[in-house]
Amino acid sequence: MEPMGKVLAISPEKCTGCRLCELVCSVFHDGVSNAARSRIKVVKWESEGLYIPMSCQQCQDAPCLIVCPVKAISRDENLSRVMVNHNICIGCRSCVTVCPFGAMGFNVIDRKNFKCDLCDGDPQCVRFCEVKAVDYVDADRVAVAKKKAAAEKITAAQRQAMALESEVH
Amino acid sequence: MALNRKIAYIDLTTGKIDIKPIPLDVRRKFLGGRGLDAYLLYNYAPKGCDPLGPENPLIVSGGILTATLASATARTHVMAKSPLGGMLGSANMGGFFAPELAWAGFHHLVIKGKAEKPVYLWIKNGKIEIRDAKHLWGKTTTEAQWAIREELGDDDIKSLVIGPAGENLVRFANVMTGIKNSGGRTGMGAVMGSKNLKAIAARGTMDIKIAYPKEALEFNKRFIEQITSAKVNQTQGTLGTPFIWGATNSWGGVRCRNFQYNQELYCDEIEPEAIDDACAETMGPYHMAGCFGCQVHCRAQYKIPTGPYAGVYDEGPEYTSQGAFCGEPDCRSLETLLVGNHLVDQFGMDNLETGSIISWAMELYELGILTNKETDGLDLRFGNDEALLEMVKRICFREGWLGNTLAEGGIIASEKIGKNSFDYLIQVKGVSNLHSDERATPALALNIATASRGSDHLRSRPAIDLYHLPVDVMRKIYSSPVPYDGPLSSEHTEYIGKPWQVFWHENCYMAVDCLGICKYHTTFLGATLPNFEDWPKVIHYNTGLELTPREIWDVAERCNMMERLFNLREGLQREDLKKGDMLNHRYFDEPTRRGAPDVVGRVIDREKFKKMVDELYEYKGLDKNGVPKPETLKRLGLEKEPSHLL
Repeated sequence: MEPMGKVLAISPEKCTGCRLCELVCSVFHDGVSNAARSRIKVVKWESEGLYIPMSCQQCQDAPCLIVCPVKAISRDENLSRVMVNHNICIGCRSCVTVCPFGAMGFNVIDRKNFKCDLCDGDPQCVRFCEVKAVDYVDADRVAVAKKKAAAEKITAAQRQAMALESEVH
Repeated sequence: MALNRKIAYIDLTTGKIDIKPIPLDVRRKFLGGRGLDAYLLYNYAPKGCDPLGPENPLIVSGGILTATLASATARTHVMAKSPLGGMLGSANMGGFFAPELAWAGFHHLVIKGKAEKPVYLWIKNGKIEIRDAKHLWGKTTTEAQWAIREELGDDDIKSLVIGPAGENLVRFANVMTGIKNSGGRTGMGAVMGSKNLKAIAARGTMDIKIAYPKEALEFNKRFIEQITSAKVNQTQGTLGTPFIWGATNSWGGVRCRNFQYNQELYCDEIEPEAIDDACAETMGPYHMAGCFGCQVHCRAQYKIPTGPYAGVYDEGPEYTSQGAFCGEPDCRSLETLLVGNHLVDQFGMDNLETGSIISWAMELYELGILTNKETDGLDLRFGNDEALLEMVKRICFREGWLGNTLAEGGIIASEKIGKNSFDYLIQVKGVSNLHSDERATPALALNIATASRGSDHLRSRPAIDLYHLPVDVMRKIYSSPVPYDGPLSSEHTEYIGKPWQVFWHENCYMAVDCLGICKYHTTFLGATLPNFEDWPKVIHYNTGLELTPREIWDVAERCNMMERLFNLREGLQREDLKKGDMLNHRYFDEPTRRGAPDVVGRVIDREKFKKMVDELYEYKGLDKNGVPKPETLKRLGLEKEPSHLL
């Protein structure tokens, strides 16, 4: 299979904070509703109205992969993701400690770590997020979208400047 | 699974806590949420109990589908005898509390007694603890919530709290969760305050097993498409409920100056688009938030743009705040709207009741029934923004003669004010009406007159009656799951066929409240949204429970009858102006002064109204006095109530 190189692209400003992503994640992976089992979590600053979905970045140089003492974590280049092999994992939680995003969870019921596996290429959080706060796009498109957004701001500023100038004259 | 969530009985007087399972046969009879709450209230509230006394049980619940995949299962329900009108007290709110309660192992809490000192409940993973709340007493609704999180060291805790209004036993104090999700109606916050209960904090990480996960996911996807494809929900998702106030105002269906006008003129600043602009300017282009799992996201976010509260964050304002702080008191300033909304959120009082009661006082002031003596010098004329906001504070803290009097709610206040003040009070069963005017819409008038918790639009309002749907479309909706071949009319000013619509919606909304989902996800504002036919699958996939559309209808009818039985036990009499299924005389005697050509000059016809009530009673299986016939109780399996199954 050709490497897809798709990533979860999160636009926090679009998030409505509804946490459907957490619900569908836990139902899809574990057959239960339990936000504590979700691979994605909406971190909130409620008194400011800020909602930030956080999930695994599937790092190229993944700290979890590097730190794992028994090499239970590997990269799956087909889906551009980092995977845990629970047959090898000893449950030491080094990966949980080292992840800079808090994306490696540890489930106290099953006593196992868990992380986003991109639902094998059809991320449910993306599928159910109507406002597209979570999207699944080719890695190179994330930067293009950001470029466009920034460019829009610049053109708006330019238009304002021109309008001011014509007012002055 | 959802069906193994438990019920907890908490006695605040003795500190005793009992946790029990909810038997399947009880589930099949009452499902959960509001329906099961109604059963519990009838069984646990002694007849004629003091609403603010220890014997009044406060019941808190999620629905049977709470936290499962049913498009949006956010709703929390609170029930008790109402301190406002002495009848059924019931409030329903969005947010994130009920799902957290379900993850903590519970669907229903029955809270009895009264704590000696301020306390709060801490519910985590199957365990319940009564904790000291001395440090929380006096705090606003958000201060209290954040303080609990800090104390217990967990930002994911969700709490149901009261603010100063609830502590001060303001009879229309609400219970709140989050920034603005309010269980607003019927004074449930005062009941909580009377028990010295400041908050219920929940945190859970217990699995709720989904019976058929794959099917539940796929069906949920389909459900969401059905719900978000409705134009009305798309507009809700951009403008929130202010869009409804704006639209209703355009044809003359809102209430202004207490009941003097049915349309607000020259109010550009508070039109939905203007509110939306203010939200966008202060919060950016994406300023809509959603309750748990909901893709409608109708809750706006804003910062107050101007004045002494500039920069303060809040959410909303909703239709009710527009009515409360604009239309009713005849104020037209965006700042007043946003500040008023913020004050009631922080104080924990019902915006609807607050705006209505102040506007009533304003009319009394202009009529000379209230004078500067009673208002302590406050110039309580319509259109006085400062007096309006000052009055909100005085009610919350019971300051001054009028503040303290209005805090008692309309019925008691009218007795204290005396003269003919009661004639001007727009209420049913002691509960103020939504800031809407139903004189041109008999179906809606019938709805508010007969609603179980008093004047209310969320119990049985056939809101789609305003859309002038073709009769064959209406027939399709209203002939299922129970056949109906009687008359139907597309005309909103008509009286025929309306009782059946009210009956149908009453059962539809009860079912929704038993499931724990939002009314924007059923046939409330959108004619194409899911109802009885769609629910069996979603119930089955999520809980494993098998029910037919007709069985769900029967549950709803049974639960509505439980509420009726409660109201009858508390003294409901058909034409009683304070406790009956009756409207204020102004609906019949004062024609509307403004609005579209088919709206202006209308009153409700007394005789036709009576006939509508007769007909509705017939559908409900009640006699002419509104009392259930023995065969009706038998049919619904309620002939032995109270039956103490739980």
